[in-house]
Amino acid sequence: MSALLRIEDLHMEGRRPTGEWMPIVRGVSLEARRGEVLALIGESGAGKSTIALSSLAYARPGCRFTGGEVLFDGTPVLDLSLEQKREMRGRRVAYIAQSAAAAFNVAHTLAAQITEGPAVHGTMPQAEADTQMVDLARRMRLPEPERIGRKYPHQVSGGQLQRLLAVMAMSCGPDLLVFDEPTTAIDVTTQVEVLAAFKDVIRESGAAALYVTHDLAVVAQMADRIIVLYGGEIMEQGGTDQILHEPRHDYTRQLMAAVRPPPRASGSGADLESSAQPPVLSLQGIDAGYGGVKGGKPGVQILFDVDVDIPRGQAVGVIGESGCGKSTMARVISGLTPSFEGEVRLDGKTLPPDVKHRDKKDLQRVQLVLQMPDVSFNPKKLVAQALGRPLEFYLGMTGAERDRRVGELLNMVELPADYAGRFPHELSGGEKQRVNLARALAAEPDVILCDEVTSALDTVVGAAIIKLLESLQERLDTAFVFISHDLSTVASFANRIVVLYAGRVAEQGPTRRILSPPYHPYTRLLLSSVPEMRTGWLEDHRATREAEQAMADVVNIGLTGCPFHTRCPLMIPGTCDVKRPPVHRLEEDHRIACHREIGELQEAPGVHG
Amino acid sequence: MIANLIVRRLVLGVITIWVMSALVFFGIEILPGDVADAILGQGATEETLHAIREELGLYRPAYVRYLDWLGGLLRGEVGEALGTGRSIAEMIGIRLPTTLTLGGLTAAIAVPLALSLGLIAAMYPGSLFDRAITFGTLIVISGPEFLIATLLVMLFAIELRWVPAVSYLSQDPTFQQIARAMLLPVMTLVFAVLAPMTRMTRSAVLNVMASPAIEMAILKGVPRMRIVLWHALPNAFAPIVNVIAINLAYLITGVVVVEVIFSFPGVAKLMVDGVQSRDIPVVQACAMLFCAIYIGFYILADVISIVSNPRLRHPK
Amino acid sequence: MSPAPGATAAPVRREFRFPPLGVYGYVCIAVLLFWLFAALFAPYIAPHTESAIVTGTSFAPIGDEGLLLGSDYLGRDLASRLIYGARTTLTLALVATILAFVLGVVTGFIAGIAGGWTDSVISRVVDAFISFPTIMLALLIVSIFGTSLAALVCAIGFIEATRVFRISRALAVNTMTQDFVEVARARGESLWWILWNEVFPNAFVPLSTDFGLRYTFSILLLSALSFLGLGVQPPYADWGSMVKDNMTGIFVGAAAVLLPALAIFTVTLSINFLVDWNLARAQKDISDELVK
Ligand SMILES: Nc1ncnc2c1ncn2[C@@H]1O[C@H](COP(=O)(O)OP(=O)(O)OP(=O)(O)O)[C@@H](O)[C@H]1O
Ligand code: SF4
Ligand SMILES: [Mg+2]
Repeated sequence: MSALLRIEDLHMEGRRPTGEWMPIVRGVSLEARRGEVLALIGESGAGKSTIALSSLAYARPGCRFTGGEVLFDGTPVLDLSLEQKREMRGRRVAYIAQSAAAAFNVAHTLAAQITEGPAVHGTMPQAEADTQMVDLARRMRLPEPERIGRKYPHQVSGGQLQRLLAVMAMSCGPDLLVFDEPTTAIDVTTQVEVLAAFKDVIRESGAAALYVTHDLAVVAQMADRIIVLYGGEIMEQGGTDQILHEPRHDYTRQLMAAVRPPPRASGSGADLESSAQPPVLSLQGIDAGYGGVKGGKPGVQILFDVDVDIPRGQAVGVIGESGCGKSTMARVISGLTPSFEGEVRLDGKTLPPDVKHRDKKDLQRVQLVLQMPDVSFNPKKLVAQALGRPLEFYLGMTGAERDRRVGELLNMVELPADYAGRFPHELSGGEKQRVNLARALAAEPDVILCDEVTSALDTVVGAAIIKLLESLQERLDTAFVFISHDLSTVASFANRIVVLYAGRVAEQGPTRRILSPPYHPYTRLLLSSVPEMRTGWLEDHRATREAEQAMADVVNIGLTGCPFHTRCPLMIPGTCDVKRPPVHRLEEDHRIACHREIGELQEAPGVHG
Repeated sequence: MIANLIVRRLVLGVITIWVMSALVFFGIEILPGDVADAILGQGATEETLHAIREELGLYRPAYVRYLDWLGGLLRGEVGEALGTGRSIAEMIGIRLPTTLTLGGLTAAIAVPLALSLGLIAAMYPGSLFDRAITFGTLIVISGPEFLIATLLVMLFAIELRWVPAVSYLSQDPTFQQIARAMLLPVMTLVFAVLAPMTRMTRSAVLNVMASPAIEMAILKGVPRMRIVLWHALPNAFAPIVNVIAINLAYLITGVVVVEVIFSFPGVAKLMVDGVQSRDIPVVQACAMLFCAIYIGFYILADVISIVSNPRLRHPK
Repeated sequence: MSPAPGATAAPVRREFRFPPLGVYGYVCIAVLLFWLFAALFAPYIAPHTESAIVTGTSFAPIGDEGLLLGSDYLGRDLASRLIYGARTTLTLALVATILAFVLGVVTGFIAGIAGGWTDSVISRVVDAFISFPTIMLALLIVSIFGTSLAALVCAIGFIEATRVFRISRALAVNTMTQDFVEVARARGESLWWILWNEVFPNAFVPLSTDFGLRYTFSILLLSALSFLGLGVQPPYADWGSMVKDNMTGIFVGAAAVLLPALAIFTVTLSINFLVDWNLARAQKDISDELVK
């Protein structure tokens, strides 16, 4: 069969801040056939989106085509007139963007936007377009398919919006679908449904698809063939199984090596010795939130009655989906967001809630490392100054002594000592994150709080940071609180895991015990939602999870009862929705907050199959 | 929700005007001396001063006089001018229509013109038209209003002799007389207001055009006209209304300068004369009038953005 | 090329690069330097003093009676008055702008960093003044305090200070929510340390751009007041009042009306152009970030 889309020796350039044009795509050639999903994978800056958009004859502002050809159905589309391009876009080639929340226009109803395509391309009358939309929405298993079109984008959850974007893309019956990281912006527990919906759409329509992503496990579910990109060039291409299991190119191997295996009880997480010794840091009954405090409660309460113990010298992972209060917990510990109820204890001593009232010695013992390496440094200061300040502030080091120590710290995080003379913008993302760690280490603390330290980084770079953290944790007697939304990363590194849901601790305990039954129902959902790096996982998952598909995917914060009850398959009506769940305390300090008996949780359907 | 926000905005507006009135009134109190000194000048004797103070009630405490004045403002009675003793309300009443016509005409021409120019420039960023607009408006913004006025007078009144340079209106002006008298002042004002308004409109629309929702519309194959009118404009609506309100400040400055240049018998001229002769009650009354109009439009702009916000109109 | 992700660092660049200004940019700088020179050395380069009546002819045309730019309505040398006018206008506006920045930046930073009560109180007071259209506030202040040079500078300085306050406060609030400030706060640094070491260095560039804008506004406001007869008073020559005094000359098409107005225009246009260029450059950086 002849290719629907053929890209030949494509060259593109992007404009740098200095104004000069730099190549961002260098001689890429590829083919996509009907009924086939071709995945483009690679890290940020590899040119994935740029290449994918070229199939719509579109270059983002600041990018331009400099050579090569894009043939769609035999037509060289780059040479088309604006009007001809317009006729092709949406009707023959449809685009599904990364963030549906941003891609939908907030000023119009969903239906108006979804049926706009058929209207401007004149493919079908309005009434027919409306019926088709309802039909597509039903096939995507969206709730209330007849009525959802009347809503505005902000009235619909993120996962649903992403599916509605696919409905919109399908509205003109295109021949090629371009997916640009379509599940990156949503939580792992909602991702499965969206992926499944996409897969149905592609299969049923028989269209060709380009699927851009950096997530290899997602690729395994979606793609027939894979193209691996780096620096605007193709490193390797081949069938999905070949790329995933017998990568030939060095770079592909690096990528594969950086992937964490999905969390498994066996073999993951260094096991802890006994946790009999008192914790170095403990949170007791913490309530916290934002906005002015009125009548003992803040405007918005985020954390509810959080109890967590951090044993000395161990790594504790904190996991939960976006907005569940992970960062808030780190801010409470460091005193940036004072809790209004409960206590933070350091070695048994209660700390004042507000950082302003804590004394230097205590501050020194707890250090914070934040998520975004780009904004973690004052752009006007050298690395030496950034690292030197805590040395001077806490340890009173000055002059040559301080400079020597800065060099040592850089070596600790595996950077050459002469990096001290650089400005932050002269470092790559991974290097910034290393300096960020070094700054925390400079204080010689007992606890380091790491808030999503790898999520802004590429897989390979992030994996290297995790490795560094592991070796630091082995060498030093420092406890790490490792906050992340990625269960695989946490599970491979942490001794203990705390599972947060809507500001409450759902379950906590040693990693091994979290990853094996009895599970808290939310932990089970989380574990079963993490895609595995094998083809067919998605189908297996759906076969076993059919019963749960009607669940709401909206998190409700601050309800009475168990916060998870709107999504929980084991929900006990009349109990879970009104009463706070009790905490079951099992051995090795494993705690589960649930109304169900441990026996019932033990017997609930297993995670893997 | 919406009603709530609107009411809150209105209340805030009333409070703002009230605070402004207090500032306008008590600003005078900072000075040594009072209205009596101002009326009589330096050669005044103690007795005459005393008599006038009695008459004007200046011996009452400041806050009583303030409340009195505020009550007068609300009833439209703002006392007499110091120099002539004429009723200020009457003086303003005669001149207000002239000033409002001047401002209204300017707005009627400048707003649609600025919006279209800004919109077209934003539709074709980087085009020749866009660059001409950006450059041209920068030039006009840099020139003081009286430079524009002077150039227009030199061209139309002196070189071409089409219109009078000074706008005297007879007791019963004919339409032609009014039109000729208004032409140069309005042209000057349109120029002065057009430039900043066009620039701000352009950047408001450009801002919206850079959003992912617009990129999505392009990639759906929506025609350019429809992208601008159906996708971008509803989102640019609130910022544009805001732009218009902001530019009212330029319009007021312009009105003041223009009425003086063209000896235009309006409220602004009255106020400037008042400042020159230090006729405090006149200045206060005129200032409050302008401020109230200004704040009124600001509130209107905010209310429009509240009402046009889809997130507020269609709550979850 | 062999990929080695993450291992490469950006090369260290330190050399100073002259900004690619273009022809217009250099013309603007030349214009500003010209006026700066005139203002600084007025007594040495002006052929006459600013108040000397040198001819019996009012509105003598350009070049007449050996007067480079002709005479004004009283028969004073226009060129000399323009040079002295540069001195008055540019200096007064500059002092007012500096005053505005000292006042505005200090209060703005305090409000932005302290937050809470302090912030609310200062912000509400400033809001009240910002609610006035600029010209109204100026007229009110002048009607209260009169038109001495000091009063004028203070009035303009105060009015502009309310605007500078807004920007400084926004900059401070913005910087305070950045991660590197959070880290400093978590370390236990004092507000003063944060202000001096984190906020100020990052606010410097945007503030200096704003300084240019504020300066043009000060010049325009001062000129408008003078033009209304409520600004600089005789015997001082200032560009705004020169336009006003010579307004009658408009009927004979005198340079005396147009030139002072044009002088203001050349200064404000040059500054605006440079500021605009600077902003455009900053914006381009941002949009390129997005594209990357
Ligand atoms: N300064 C703030 N003021 C008000 N609300 C806030 C503030 N910071 C965070 N929130 C809200 O608190 C909730 C929890 O935020 P938090 O940052 O702790 O979540 P998170 O678990 O770290 O999420 P993510 O994975 O997205 O980083 C969110 O709903 C967020 O919108
Ligand atoms: S308490 Fe009820 S709703 Fe909550 S997790 Fe347990 S069973 Fe589910
Ligand atoms: Mg977070």
